[in-house]
Amino acid sequence: MIYARALGDALRHALESDPRVVLLGEDILDPYGGAFKVTRGLSTDFPARVRATPVSEAAIAGVSAGLALAGFRPISEVMFGDFLTLCFDQIVNHIAKYAPMYDGAATCPVVIRTPSGGGRGYGPTHSQSLEKHFLGVPHLRVVAASLWHDPVALFEGFLANDSPVLQIEHKLLYPLHVAAGGNGAGVAAIGEDGSPGLPPTVSIRPVAREECSLSVVAYGYQAELARRLLERLAVEEELFAELLVPAQLSPIDWAPLERSVTATGALLTVEEGTGGWSWGTEVAAGLGSRLFGRLRRAPAVLASASDVIPSAPDREAEMLVGERQIEIAVREAAVPA
Amino acid sequence: MTAVARTRERSGDERLVGAAGEPRDARLYRRMRFIRRFEETVLALFEEGVLNGTTHACVGQEADAVGLMEHLRDGDHLFSNHRCHGHFLAWTGDAFGLLAEIMGKPAGLCAGIGGSQHICAPGFKSNGVQGGIVPAAAGIALAERLRGSDGLSVVFLGDGTLGEGLVYETLNLMALWQLPLLVVLEDNGWSQSTPRSLNLAGDIGARFTAFGLPVVEVETTDVLEVDAAAAEAVALCRASCGPGVLVIHTYRLCHHSKNDDNRPIEEVRARWACDPLAVHGIRVAPDDRAAIEREVEEALRDCVTRVRQL
Repeated sequence: MIYARALGDALRHALESDPRVVLLGEDILDPYGGAFKVTRGLSTDFPARVRATPVSEAAIAGVSAGLALAGFRPISEVMFGDFLTLCFDQIVNHIAKYAPMYDGAATCPVVIRTPSGGGRGYGPTHSQSLEKHFLGVPHLRVVAASLWHDPVALFEGFLANDSPVLQIEHKLLYPLHVAAGGNGAGVAAIGEDGSPGLPPTVSIRPVAREECSLSVVAYGYQAELARRLLERLAVEEELFAELLVPAQLSPIDWAPLERSVTATGALLTVEEGTGGWSWGTEVAAGLGSRLFGRLRRAPAVLASASDVIPSAPDREAEMLVGERQIEIAVREAAVPA
Repeated sequence: MTAVARTRERSGDERLVGAAGEPRDARLYRRMRFIRRFEETVLALFEEGVLNGTTHACVGQEADAVGLMEHLRDGDHLFSNHRCHGHFLAWTGDAFGLLAEIMGKPAGLCAGIGGSQHICAPGFKSNGVQGGIVPAAAGIALAERLRGSDGLSVVFLGDGTLGEGLVYETLNLMALWQLPLLVVLEDNGWSQSTPRSLNLAGDIGARFTAFGLPVVEVETTDVLEVDAAAAEAVALCRASCGPGVLVIHTYRLCHHSKNDDNRPIEEVRARWACDPLAVHGIRVAPDDRAAIEREVEEALRDCVTRVRQL
């Protein structure tokens, strides 16, 4: 099943199993069913709880805040991750603050999900991965969709918890087949690790962890690119690396990353967002500090150029992290310094 | 003028909010006096150095909250802004919880985390970012609608907040979805230090009517006139289970925050003639008025003593 469909089913399951769930978003009604068709069919079956909004991203976030404060479980769609900038005040100064600033006298469990990322030639304002600007916002969980994390389980986790969540969904995941449950990763073994109450960090490795010369940490669509590359390198060159795919980007679940890097002695982070002040630099700094004496070389961070994303396909591919850039980085990071 | 005034059951001290059955004029005066003296007490505590941070007093605007609250009831929800003390006290009467919060005590409404601008109590919330509370109040109204309850969501904003774009996104939505949301706009003529003439184009009421929202507009500091206007606005919302707007043109007699008043001194002085306590106070017999003032004073003194001891 493709990811967009699996996600739609997860939203359907949430609506069916929890009467507090309300979906808000632009153009999410049938027959259109959302710009990426994730919500197709839901407004027909749940007309009162699936609501199309005007083009008002800040109000989508703000109305969601009010619904959540009043005991509902809004799951709202922001049509493009680029438009999260319009929700920034609502997320930082309202949604993430209410529960802690009221000392728990209220909770604001809003889930905002948004298609992000490039590779479709949509250009400077419809291709970005802006999640780094939300990482580290106190009391906000930032989660990235992946092919290895079952959306039904993820959303059940969101609904079982009172924390607000921002879920980033790379657009290029939508047409790909989900791999959650173990298939789709070729010859590699798949495992899960992680701390209680958090979505698992998925481990994909061709051989035992101790035989891997590198831990690659990647999320979202980049994780799938890394998976393909690492599988090829393992088969063709016996270059073995463990791929770690967290769902939750912030706060970071350090334990599974620490265990892997302790064994491999080397780290490469991969993300599509622009470089600097990023998820990767935080992971690298954290693990570099925790595992200082055990690393064989300095942690490596791969991110896209700090630039505007071009519309022209060749120039976009040159700027954004893709399989080619990941291969160069893996080869460099896997060699003992 | 169809709504029947209802008195919410309050948790507060009767000396501050009035005993059940107190005649209306006396009750309204007592509650305005309570809010006025609470704000002045807070400002004095700042001067004394026992408070830190900031506060935004509503001196001069007491009639708004007190008049409106005559028409709200349990099951309604209020969302207020930075200048929230009067709204909160008129709704709950809980001087102790608010003062403890402002003084940073663990016994405060939000354990001292929220402070003056960020408070939470049953049916009441506030946040200090301008405009951002308006969609949240709309979301609460949508929740009432989905639940099938008849609660009214109420949000307070000032004229300065009309500069925020999110307000207009929400006006569109509340009209489109006919949400049971009452927007109460307190136009005090000054946005911090900037006069309305430098902040606002066009007409305030027309902003709302452009969205097809029913507007009740009044220019007064007389609590009875506010009461009548609020009755009309609330009745409109309740009758339609839908949206409404109450615009009150009033005046802030104190500084914006603390010691930050650079308005023309003659303008402020002239406005003291319309002090809501003076305007309404003449309706209460001098002896009753003196008794009310004495009771409010004693109750607030007790409250301050208790909070200081925390």
